[in-house]
This record gives sequence, C-alpha cells and structure tokens, in this order.
Amino acid sequence: MKADPKAVLTGAHFLDGDHACSEGAIAAGCRFVAGYPITPSTEVVERIAERFPLIGGVFIQMEDEIASSIAIQGAVWAGKKAMTVTSGPGFSLMMEHIGLAAMTETPCVFVDVQRGGPSTGLPTQPAQGDMMQARWGSHGDYGIIALSPNSPQECFDLTIKAFNLSEQYRVPVLFMMDECVGHMTERVIIPPAEEINIFPRRFYEGPRDEYLPFKPDEDLVPKIVKAGDGYKIHVTGLTHDEKGYPVMTAAAQEKLIPRLVNKIKLNAEKIIEYKEDNIDDAEVVVVTYGITSRVAIPAINQARQEGIKVGHLRLIVVWPFPEKRITELAGRIKSFIVPELNQGQIFYEVERNAYGKAPVYLVPHAGGTVHNPKDIYNAIIKSLKGK
Amino acid sequence: MDEQILEIEESIPVNPIESFLRTDRIPHIWCPGCGIGTTVNCFTRALETSGLDLNKVSIVSGIGCTGRVAGYLNLDSFHTTHGRPIPFATGLKLANPELKVVVYSGDGDLFAIGGNHFIHAARRNLDMTVICVNNSIYGMTGGQVAPTTPIFATASTTPHGNFEQPFNLPYLADSCGAVYVARWTAYHVRHLTKSIKEALAKKGFSFIEILAPCPTLYSRRNKLGDGLDQMLYYKENSEIKHGANTKEVALEFQSKIIVGKFVDRDRPDYLTLMNEHYQKKFGDKYTPYKG
Ligand SMILES: Cc1ncc(C[n+]2csc(CCOP(=O)(O)OP(=O)(O)O)c2C)c(N)n1
Ligand code: SF4
Ligand SMILES: [Mg+2]
Repeated sequence: MKADPKAVLTGAHFLDGDHACSEGAIAAGCRFVAGYPITPSTEVVERIAERFPLIGGVFIQMEDEIASSIAIQGAVWAGKKAMTVTSGPGFSLMMEHIGLAAMTETPCVFVDVQRGGPSTGLPTQPAQGDMMQARWGSHGDYGIIALSPNSPQECFDLTIKAFNLSEQYRVPVLFMMDECVGHMTERVIIPPAEEINIFPRRFYEGPRDEYLPFKPDEDLVPKIVKAGDGYKIHVTGLTHDEKGYPVMTAAAQEKLIPRLVNKIKLNAEKIIEYKEDNIDDAEVVVVTYGITSRVAIPAINQARQEGIKVGHLRLIVVWPFPEKRITELAGRIKSFIVPELNQGQIFYEVERNAYGKAPVYLVPHAGGTVHNPKDIYNAIIKSLKGK
Repeated sequence: MDEQILEIEESIPVNPIESFLRTDRIPHIWCPGCGIGTTVNCFTRALETSGLDLNKVSIVSGIGCTGRVAGYLNLDSFHTTHGRPIPFATGLKLANPELKVVVYSGDGDLFAIGGNHFIHAARRNLDMTVICVNNSIYGMTGGQVAPTTPIFATASTTPHGNFEQPFNLPYLADSCGAVYVARWTAYHVRHLTKSIKEALAKKGFSFIEILAPCPTLYSRRNKLGDGLDQMLYYKENSEIKHGANTKEVALEFQSKIIVGKFVDRDRPDYLTLMNEHYQKKFGDKYTPYKG
C-alpha cells in the first residue's frame, strides 16, 4: 500500500524534528491524534492541529495524557491509525495504557520527546532518560518496539516506520525522540506519496463465523477487525482466550503472555535496525542512539585520525535490542563505549550482551545539554588502557 | 418420550434478552441480589425497542463489578482500564461517528479515578450515553469508600463511618453541560428502560445514574438487609420528580431519593460544532468529517 498523495507534502523542506514527526505520521496514514501539551513535544500536535482539518483527520487536545493514551486506542478499534505525543511527565502517565495496547494488541504510536527528568526536571532541555521506561514502564510482561531518530529527516522517515511496525506486529511502538532532535531544524526530503510504503492493517478476511480475534497467525500476530463491522468483538485488558473472553487461570496466562513477548522476541531479527561505521576492523565500538550518535562522531573521528580503530554502532531500533550483534562484537573487540544522556540505561543492555567478553564503559550525562565529544574521546582512550 | 421432551423444550419461550447477551459467558460473576444484572436487563430491553442497528452499537466499560457489563453484552464491547472508559469511547466515537457509543461503568470508576474525563466529555458534549451504576461503594475491590458513599455510611476504608461529602451526580452532569440527565433505581425497571431508550436517541452527552444494591458489601456492612430489602427501600422512599432542580437531588444515607428525568435539552454535539466551525473557517476547502 502507498501513502495518500492528497496529504503528503512532497518536496524539500526546512523542518524541525517535531514537525517532521507530524508529517511522517500524516504520510503514514495517521488520522487521529490525541495529546496534551508538554514541552518539548508540543510542536508535533500543533502542526497536526494545523494540518488535520483539511485532510480528514481529527485532533483532540484531551484533558490529560492518561486520556490521550487511551483515546487513541478507541480510535484504532474504530479503524483509524492513531498516535499520541508527549514528554517525560506525560510519558509516565501513559504507562498503564502502553500495557493496555500491548495486552489488547492495539496498533498505535506513542511519541516521547525526551527531556531532563525525573519529575518536572528540565522541561526545555534534552535527555535520554526514558529508554528503560519505554521498554519496561508498564506492569507485567509484554513486548514493544522503540525507535530513536537522530535528525529531522529520520523523524519523518522513522515515524512512518513506527506506524508500519505497529501495524505489522500489533504492538504499541514508542518513538523515542529527544529535545535536541525535536527542536533542531534541518533539510527534510518528503518523497512522492507513491514512494512511501504503508503496511496495511491486518484485517481479517476469512469466514465470519470462524473469526477468533486473538488467534495468532504463524508470526504470532492475530488478525484484527473493527467496531461496527458486525463481529461483536470483545476486547479486554484482562487475560483472555483466543475469542477475547476473560479467563482467570494460570493456563490462560501461560498461553497469552509468552506470545505477547515472543511476537517481538522471535521476530526481532526482522525488526532490528542499526547502522554501523568502520566496524570491520574496530577494536573499540561506540554504541549510540538519538542525538548522542551525532555528538559521538567528532570523538570517533579524532580517535581514528590518531590511528585508533574505533567503530560506531548506532541503534535505530532500540527495542528489541540487537543482542546477537553485541555478543558477536564482544568476542572480537577490546571495548565498548556507551555515551548516553542518562546515568546508564542502554549501557546495561550492552554490558549484559557482552557476557564479560569485552568491557563496557558508560559515558554518562545528566542531561540539559549534550556530551562534550571530548568526554567520549577520553573514554575511548581510557578503555584501551583498560581503565 | 424423547419427542415429548423436545416438544416441551420447544414450547419454553426464549428470554427475549438472550440474543443481546453473550450466553456463552453465563453464569456471570455478580452476587445474588446484586442490582447490576437488573440494569443490564433494562438496557437490553431499551436496545430491543431502540431501532438501533446492533452492529453499530459499541459498549465501553471500565473496571469494577459494573465494568464487567461490557463482557456480557453481545455487542462490540470494550473492557478498558479503571476510570478510562470515557476517553476510550471518545476515540471510538470521533473515529467513527456512525457508531452509537455507550459507556457503562461504576460510580468509583466514573467519578473517582475517572471524574476528570466525565466532566470534560460532558463539557465537550460528545455524542455518547454514559450509564453509571451507583452502588455507593467500590464493589469489585471489597467495599471501600467511593465518592458517592453517603455521610455516616461505613465502608472497609471508613470503618468508623464516612465524613466526606459525596457527589450529587445529576448536578455534576447538569452543570458540566450534559444534554440529558436522569436518575432511577434498580427498582424502577420500566422508567429506567424508557429513560435508557430516550438517552440512546439523544444526540450529545446523556447521563443516567442508576442506584443499585450491593448487598454483599454495602448493605451488609451497613446492616441494610439483603438485595430485596434495598429494593424495598427504593420503592418506599423514591419520589419521581421530572425536571427537578439537580441542585436539590443530593442523596443522604437512607434518605428520600428524588428520581426522574431532570435535564433534557439540546446543544450541538462536538462533531457538529467541529464541522460547522471548520466549514465557516475553510469554506469549500473543508469536507465535513464523517469518519
Ligand atoms: C488504576 C487502578 N486502580 C485501582 C484498581 C482497583 N479497582 C478495581 S475496580 C475498583 C473500584 C470499582 O468501583 P466502582 O467503579 O464503583 O465499581 P463497582 O465494582 O462498585 O461496580 C478499583 C479501585 C484498578 N483496577 N486500577
Ligand atoms: S460485590 Fe456488590 S456490586 Fe459486586 S457483584 Fe457483588 S453485590 Fe454486585
Ligand atoms: Mg460502585
């Protein structure tokens, strides 16, 4: 399926990341957005509010983020593609509904333009402190997908990818921007609509009386229908059987929950995306995502100029995490460096998957601005001295 | 012999509401004497005569004993999170205005944790019907105090009696802009059925409060007898006062109950306003939104 040409602003633009994200959502076919204003994410919904009336979309500013994060799910069950947009404090309020979307296999997108936390923190300044919350923030076990763009262009491209993945796997997809990427303005190329691939919703098409709303296909993802189609579906956040009916037993839990985890875990190799530079001969690998991937480049270049073999692995899909790739690299390199705008989150994931075969060094940052590349450079040098 | 049994079975009339229920989910979880089932009976009878296309009716519940209603109705049904059926219903309705959207939930769900959503949905005049089963208590979690528990009544978290002022729900709904507001009890099955039918036919935000017994937790703890005793109380102490000033219908512990249709007015609903507004603003460039 291709994007709707009437809504896509094909051409070269000068956009900030927030606005590029709005355009990505529109190109992806999103026609319902609910949100509550919060810096530094507000520009996303402001542009949506500006654009939606003339392209047949509905934007509603809800009374809070709890409402926003479930209004989008109502809209999805009525057949729309939908997203909500927020930052730290609002993201915290949305956690229960990330779990609801995971449990009811409701495809939708949550955008978090990260700012300094905890609590009100640094409202106008960047951080990457919500990465673990994105993965584990709702209670119980479930799988999600999270992406991390590093430029306005990627805010456009990867928002489309976020929608496509949410439809393909029927999961909430978390779009983990940060204040820097959200507010930086760069050239963004919006391709012609016919070049934008859209993953269509996986609607059920079989015999009506044989439909089981939560019976998975081979890839563990069930087919969906929408309210009003006459199927009289039941959708619940309780543990349920394939019919969607609540079943309060350990056996029902065992049948459902591992599938919700495994539909991401077992499809991980298809979902994972990262970008590597100078990895083949690398002795040190810097693992980054989001804005930090750009800040690390001067540090990597300087070290390489000095003859140090440094490679760069940039996560584009952060969750599921490229576990295998980290383990492979750990077997042959001397060290990993993980700079993040937090006190260590993805660092632990790298460390866990290195299995002690290569040391992993964190370059923490409390947020508020980005790293000084020098700190990353120093960490590279130190790591080779085994410190 | 077998033929005889068959004949008898065939002659047993099918309960007319059965087609509205997910009979494969019966028996339900509600206690004997619980008022929720009675309200569901009225709801299905209202649906039956409403003329609505049942394929286009969606029911949304939150969490609680009343929250289980969605799971027993043979409609597109959504059992959401505690307190949040209204914002879910908001998304459902705005995404497909063809749907008739009903929210069916408990007093704690709609007015404690979900109170904020209620007042905003009423203010926006979203086209939905909200039915609240008010049993004066949190049933599902074992009888804790609710924002509807009368002063002096005891609950598991007010073992010495409640001293907080409860909500007057019709007044709240009225002042937030609901276009239809009624209160009935589980005793008033005919009035209630008629009222639900009216609310379903109304465009905009309609609200019905139904007082219903929770014999297991509320009545027992407050020594009010069983479900039947509570029904008797409703019968003997209710006064029908259509058009009553909602300011004057507050409930007190085992006091007189004013029931009736208090508000029935017209005000353009959210999507009508949206379409009119954008049409004025954008003229021919705007295509009226239909979902
Ligand atoms: C976020 C959250 N908090 C608390 C609960 C626990 N809980 C479930 S139902 C309920 C209260 C239900 O009361 P009410 O809405 O009046 O429904 P009733 O059971 O009386 O019909 C509570 C507190 C929950 N499920 N979710
Ligand atoms: S606990 Fe009360 S409200 Fe819940 S089913 Fe039993 S009687 Fe009904
Ligand atoms: Mg209650």
